Formats: sequence, structure tokens, C-alpha cells
Amino acid sequence: MAHSAEEIRSHVRFYIGVFVGLIILTILTVWIDQFHIGAEDSDVGNTIVGLAIATLKAGLVAAFFMHLTSEKPMIFRFLFATVAFVIAMFILMLLAHFDPIVPVFVQ
Amino acid sequence: MASSTTPAPSTDSHQEHAHDEHHEHELGFWQKYIFSTDHKVIGIQYGLTALGFLLVGFGLMILMRWQLAYPGEAIPFIGNLLKNVLGDQMIGANNEMTPDLYNSFGAMHGTIMVFLGVVPLAFGAFGNYVVPLQIGAPDMAFPKLNMASYWSYLVGGVILLMSFFVPGGAAKSGWTSYSPLASFADTALQNPGIEYHMIFNGQTMWLLGMVFLISSSLLGSVNFITTIIQLRAPGLTWMRLPFFCWAQLVTAFLLLLAFPPLEVAAIMQLMDRLAGTSFFLPTGLIVNGAQVAISGGGSPLLYQHLFWFLGHPEVYVLILPAVGIVAEVITNNTRKPLWGYKSMVFATIILGFLSFVVWAHHMYLTGMGTKVSAFFQTTTVIISIPSVILITSLIISLWGGSIRFNTQMLFATAFLPMFGIGGLTGLPLAFSAIDLYLHDTYYVIAHFHYVVAPGTIFGLFAGIYYWYPKMSGRKMSERLGKMHFWPSLVFMNGIFLPMFIHGMAGFHRRWYDGGASYELAQNLLWLNKVMTISAFCLAIAQIPFIINLFISWKLGRKATDNPWDATTMEWATPTPPPHGNFLKPVTVYRGPYEYSVPGETRDFSPQWEPDSK
Amino acid sequence: MEIPYTVTARADTGLWNAKIGIWLFLASEVMLFGGLFSGYVFLRLGAASTPDYDWPTELLNVPMGFVNTLILIGSSVTVILSWSALKLREYNKFKIWMSITLLCAVAFLGIKTVEYTEKFTGYGIFLNDGAEIKGKYATEQEGFVTIVPKYPEKAEAAGFTPAPATLAVHEGSYVIPVENVVRWSNFQPSYNTFYSIYFTLTGLHALHVIGGVVVLGYFLFFGGPMWRTNPEHLANRVEVGGLFWHFVDLVWIFLFPILYLM
Repeated sequence: MAHSAEEIRSHVRFYIGVFVGLIILTILTVWIDQFHIGAEDSDVGNTIVGLAIATLKAGLVAAFFMHLTSEKPMIFRFLFATVAFVIAMFILMLLAHFDPIVPVFVQ
Repeated sequence: MASSTTPAPSTDSHQEHAHDEHHEHELGFWQKYIFSTDHKVIGIQYGLTALGFLLVGFGLMILMRWQLAYPGEAIPFIGNLLKNVLGDQMIGANNEMTPDLYNSFGAMHGTIMVFLGVVPLAFGAFGNYVVPLQIGAPDMAFPKLNMASYWSYLVGGVILLMSFFVPGGAAKSGWTSYSPLASFADTALQNPGIEYHMIFNGQTMWLLGMVFLISSSLLGSVNFITTIIQLRAPGLTWMRLPFFCWAQLVTAFLLLLAFPPLEVAAIMQLMDRLAGTSFFLPTGLIVNGAQVAISGGGSPLLYQHLFWFLGHPEVYVLILPAVGIVAEVITNNTRKPLWGYKSMVFATIILGFLSFVVWAHHMYLTGMGTKVSAFFQTTTVIISIPSVILITSLIISLWGGSIRFNTQMLFATAFLPMFGIGGLTGLPLAFSAIDLYLHDTYYVIAHFHYVVAPGTIFGLFAGIYYWYPKMSGRKMSERLGKMHFWPSLVFMNGIFLPMFIHGMAGFHRRWYDGGASYELAQNLLWLNKVMTISAFCLAIAQIPFIINLFISWKLGRKATDNPWDATTMEWATPTPPPHGNFLKPVTVYRGPYEYSVPGETRDFSPQWEPDSK
Repeated sequence: MEIPYTVTARADTGLWNAKIGIWLFLASEVMLFGGLFSGYVFLRLGAASTPDYDWPTELLNVPMGFVNTLILIGSSVTVILSWSALKLREYNKFKIWMSITLLCAVAFLGIKTVEYTEKFTGYGIFLNDGAEIKGKYATEQEGFVTIVPKYPEKAEAAGFTPAPATLAVHEGSYVIPVENVVRWSNFQPSYNTFYSIYFTLTGLHALHVIGGVVVLGYFLFFGGPMWRTNPEHLANRVEVGGLFWHFVDLVWIFLFPILYLM
């Protein structure tokens, strides 16, 4: 990664911008938590909004602080596999959880 | 074989330099042989340690087999010794094996064989020694991490071995350590008669040992992947990479990504045991007739998901390196290119991917619904396709070759039908309807032992005979090798073939008396004796190997740099290779298996030699 | 013998060794925390399907978690500024930014300690009728469980009485006979499944923070010789350490809402 000095200086200004964005999103996530979103007796709405903001923040950190926007294809290859496996783990475990064999007891 | 009389020009010069090179590095004994960062020394350390653990695991199995064939009878020869070492609680008044000891041997046999024996030998030893040589690298990418990986493995192994000698003995909840059984194993709640230590009890030490082993394989796999990606010699493109390196690369990815969920499970079970949490403990859990004072609300299924998320990729961690070794040995001794190299590579990669989405076929009996079962049955059947591609390619590679049946080739050819039996008998287990009957019977034991014992371990033996000259500079004895191979082949089958019959007859895998007290088992009890006698004979059959391994180091026939007329890069180094491996920078000119190229003067064209034309 | 590509990138991959190494390690960490998060999901779903047990949502101190989030995000920025300074060959700036990073990490751990202490000194009592009374200074003596309840009126409604003078207890204590109590303890991991996963997740995260402090502190205090001989190598090391540090930040970004808010 051959960066010129000027490039790095402009990157630094950009990092500060991302930092401000992250702070705003953090405030947003706390502020929005006082409202109840979605159905009356369910916390699904708030959960989705909270996770969406967190994912956005994590995306900012990964994309800019961790330089994923300018990373080499090799890194993406195994990150892709990792993300696929995590998602598979979540989805399949949840499927198994929500599709049980319901026991039937006969006297 | 006329070829061997004309050594390659590059190997010629090695012979002269080899001896000066050896004395160039003035390292002390400790730095050179104990705390070494040289991948070759670490590979040999891994190999010897793992072989030792394989022997321990085998010994546990021999004792268990005695109990199965002669339930309740005194352990012959070493009964008194065991009583002194393990204590009265483990060995009964008549010097017989107690149920607790049987359980702990069962759990530790599995753990030791899988995590301390086969994986370190296949991945740690062969991977460490051979991969950097085959890709033309001076060492691994992170030599210090490599050393840390070995020492972490050794610490984990020592913790597991020490757990035999603490009050209450080693872990006894199976190699799977299912919760809630394992959550209360080795605690006063489960067995008030024994004074268990808070930390130094069997199950807790098992968990701590596993944490070290997982760290070890994490360090190892990061190192392997980086090395294979970064340190390939110039000209060694991906499709020129020997198949063994491909197998190790995919194995490393499996270790890297599948082990962390097991670490999570181990941490959570440690919390359940030490901090009183209820990760895996449901509300209203009753142990020994009384409700346990816990908060409850946990999920026992969570443990099984996390465990088998590791557990199934782990199966391929056990197999793939052996397939890689067999591919090397077969091409070398048939003097033919590997048939279907590219399809084997892609099959291996696909196998790696699929192995992450089949895990719940170990859990058909946990009350999963039909939709999820259908998904996992489908993926499980699909994953047999790449496996079949691998083994079919290897079998076709034999076709039309003038095969040299030296010891490594005997083991490699025997691997094919043994692995085939193991694989094909797995297919019925993929279907939940059949699995309901066969689950937890000896059929399952026979199935996966065919894959791992006569399968993988034969592959590893082939690797030892094949690469031994490179490690030591001397060949192993062919005569002792054949005395090792033929009895091993016969008695391996003597042990595992009857297990299929037992399994289909409904023998449960965890019966302590081998079925003596069960009406349904009476007709087939005699097979237990067949298996046990086979196991004893198998133990005797390993004696020639042990003698061969140590005697040949000093007394074997001297080997040249390329004693098998092979084409891959590890044979371009001096024998044994010095620190830094290659005497001068190497370049790769062709694919890995160019044997019997038409128009060439020799029947092998090494990767490191430019075209003669 | 020299291992190639420790500092300079390999032409065909465009990467140096440690860059691949750290990303592989982080991939493994993704699986580790993925497994832990799936544990969280399972416990929470289990709570949803258990009658008379709701997943507790407002047990933690949100302002403290909020401040900790800001601190960690801030330290993520300073670590990248320290890397930029090294790239620009400004060693003093690197030292300043890296010191601030480490101070942030220590502040984070300090606040975490305060939070943990608050939990370990708080108590809860589960009664036979399913009620849960919380407070401080709980003890068990002479057949009574005593506590200084947070809401005395709630305790009285649940059957507690003011402590008799014969018991040596904290001022303002209430008592209830032991036979009315299912179990009582401070807010330790075994108190309920929420605290189990809370302490496990944040404890492991704190271990990662400590690991990061050790590594980054090593670069700060022992980076001098490498700076003089091979500044690019030091910059690469700081980049690798920084990647780990960002990952620790990234995990916390998820931990904060799921533990403190939702």
C-alpha cells in the first residue's frame, strides 16, 4: 500500500468524518430506544432497528477503519466464506429451534 | 526404473554441500531440538508426540475391549498396576474394570485419538514438515507462532493425561461431553461418594485441555494458510500445487472456522460448572432425584449445535490430509499423473464448504422437525458426491500403471477400499428414518472407525514410510514394513467388520458389558471375543513398526535426495533438509505429477527442473 | 534464512504475511463471537417460550454503556491516526495518538469495573410465589433472609417485615423467613440467564481489550528500535494491531444495543 503523504493526510480528515458519523449513530440508537416500535406486546421492532443501526456502524468501522474498501481480493475470499458460515450457523440453528417435533402424549 | 541412475543436476550439488550446511548454525541443544522454530523440527516433535498419544488411545481401547469380551473378569497382567495407579474407585476388588473407568476410557479414547493423535499427526506433523518443502518455502510464515502452536498442543495433552490421576478419574461423558450430563459429571452433586476438586476433576480438566488444543489448532491453521498463500516459490501457481497442499489448505480452513464454536461451547460449559450458570441447563432439571438449585432457562440443544458445528468439519479434518498423502504416494508409485487433479481440487474445496452445513445429521434424535431433517439429509447426501469424486479419481489413477508395491504403496492402496467401506456405510446413516434405528449402535462405531482407523491411519502410515527418508536420510526396512502392513490389514478388519453385525443387531455403543446382560444380544456375544483377540493381535502387529521407526533412524539403508524418483519439491532439498531448506532459490516449471512424460529420458519430470528441450 | 514478504507485499497477492494472518485470525474471531451471539439468541428465545419469565431488558446502566461506546470508538480513531503518523514518519505524533488509545482502553476497563462492582454488590431474592425482590446488603441469618430493598413498599407487599433489632444487619433491612425463599444471590453470572450471557460476552470482550492493550502497549513502549531500523515494519505491525483493535470495537458496537438497550 504505497500511500503518498498527501493521500494519508486526506484520509485522516475522512477518518474524523467517519468518527463523527459513528457518534451520531450511537446517540441515535440510544435516543430511539425510548420509543416502542412495532406490535404492542413484542420487542421485535426495536430489536430490528437496534441491530440495523449496529450493523451500519459495524459496516462503517469495517469499511473505512479496517480499510476493507481498498482491500485485496484474497482477503475478501475468506471473509466471504466466514460470513457465509456464520449466517448458515444462525439460520440453521434457528430453523431447528422453530421446527421441533411436538410431543403428543396419549393416556 | 532406469531413471534413478541419472540424478538431476540440481540434486547432484546438494550432496556435496549438505554436510557443511548442517554445522553452519551454532544453536544449542535446547534451541535446536526443543524450543525450535524450524518447521521440520516442530513437525517431528508433533509426529512423535502424536504417535505417543495414538499409542495411549489404543491402549485404552485394548483395556475396554477386554472388558467387553470378558465382562467383570480381572484385567490380565497389569490389573494390579492399574489399581495402584488409578485407585480403588476405578479398579474393582477383583481387579476388574469399574463402570466409571469404562466410561472415562471411552471418553478419553475418543478425545485422545481425535484431538491428540490423528489431527496433530496429519495436520501438525505432516503439514508442518512437508507443506513448506512442497511449496519451496524456507520455513513457515510465522515460525514463532508455529512453536507456540506445538507447545499449546503439548500443554493441552498433558492436562488431559493428568486428568486420569485426579480424584474421580478422567472425563466420562463421552468424547462429545453432552450437557447436562457433562455439566454435573465429576461433581459432588452427581457422585457424593468422591471428594472432587473444584478445578482438578476430570470434566473440568477436559474442558481446559480442549481450550489449549483449540488455541493450538487456531495458531497452526493461521500459519498454514498464510504460508501456502504467500510463500509459494516462483512459478508455483495454484494449479501446480501438489494435491497434498490443497488438502492441507482446506483442512486449515476447516480448523480455523469450525473450532471457535466448540471453544464457545467449552467456555459456556466451564461457566456452567464453575460459575453456576445455566447455559445448557433447562428449567426444572433433576439430578440424582432432586431438583438442582440453578436459575434454569438454558438449552441443552445449544450445546449439541455448537459441538457438531465443529464435529462435522472435524471429520474432514481427519480425512483430507490422509487423502492428500495417498494421492502423493499413489502417483509416485504408479508412475502416472494423478487422474482428475483439477476435479479433485474442486471436490476438496466443495467438500470443505458443504461440511459446514451438514452437522445436524448427528442430531436426528433430538426432536428436530421434518423440514430441518429434510434439509440436513439433502446436504449430507450431496456431500458424498465430492467424497466419491476423490476416491474414484484415486482408484482410476491406479489404472494401467506399473505399480511398485513398496510398503507405502501397500498402505495407500489398502486405504482405498477401507475408506470406501467407511464412506459407503455412512450413506444409510444420512437418512433419518434409518438413523432412528442405527443411532448410537455399533454400526455407527464401525462406520466412522472404518473411515478413521483403517482409512486415515493407513494413509498416515503410508506418509510415514514415504517421507521417512527425507526426514532421516535413511529408508525404513521393507521387510519390517510388510510385517507391519499385512497383519494390520487383517486385524483392523477383524475388529471393525463384526461391529456392523453387532450394530444391525441393536448393540448399543455404550454398553459396559458388551451386551452380556441383554437378551437380544446373546446370539452374537461370541463376536466380542473375535474383536478383542483381533485388537490384541493388532497391537502385536504394531511392534515391527515401532522397531522399524527407531532402528531405521540409525541403521536403515542410506537414501539419496530423491529416493522414490518423485516430482514434487520436497525432494529438491538435501536429505535431511538443513535450516532454511533449499540451498538456492527454486523455481517451479511444471505441474506436480508429471510422471512418464512421452519423449522424456526418465519416467519423472521434477517440478524444479527446466525443460530439457 | 529470511522469511520473505514480512514487510513488503508479494506481487501476485498484493499482501504481506501478517496482513493475511490477522485477517484469518479475525475470521476465526468472527466465528467465536458468532457462536456466542447464537448462544444469546437461543437463551432469549428460550426465555420467550418459558411462561412467567421475561427476558430482562433494562438491568444495565445505559449512560455508562453509552460512554464506553464513545470511548471505544474514539480509541479506534486514535489508533488509526497513530498508524497514519507512522506512515508519515512522525514518530512523536504516533506516540501521542497511541498513548491516547491506551488511555481510552484503560478508561473503558475502568468503567467496566465500576459496572461489574455495581452488579456484584447488588442482590436479588426469588420468593416461592415467583416475586423477585432486589436491593443491597443481603444476608441469611437465624432463619431469615435479610435485604435492604430498593423499593421497600414492594418488599412489604411481598411479605417482608422490617428487621428485628436482634439481627445484626445493615440499617433499613427487611427480613423474610427462609422457607419463603427459593434462592437468593448477588447479580453474579448464575443469577439468571441474562447475567450469564452478559458476563460471558463482556468478560470475553474485556479479555480481548486487555490483549489489545498488551500488544499496542508493546508497540508504544518497545517500538523504538524497530522504528530506527525499519519504520515500515513498525507501521505494518501497528496496522495489524489496529485491525485487531477495530474488531474489538466492532464487537462492542453489537454488544451495546443487545445487552444494554434491547
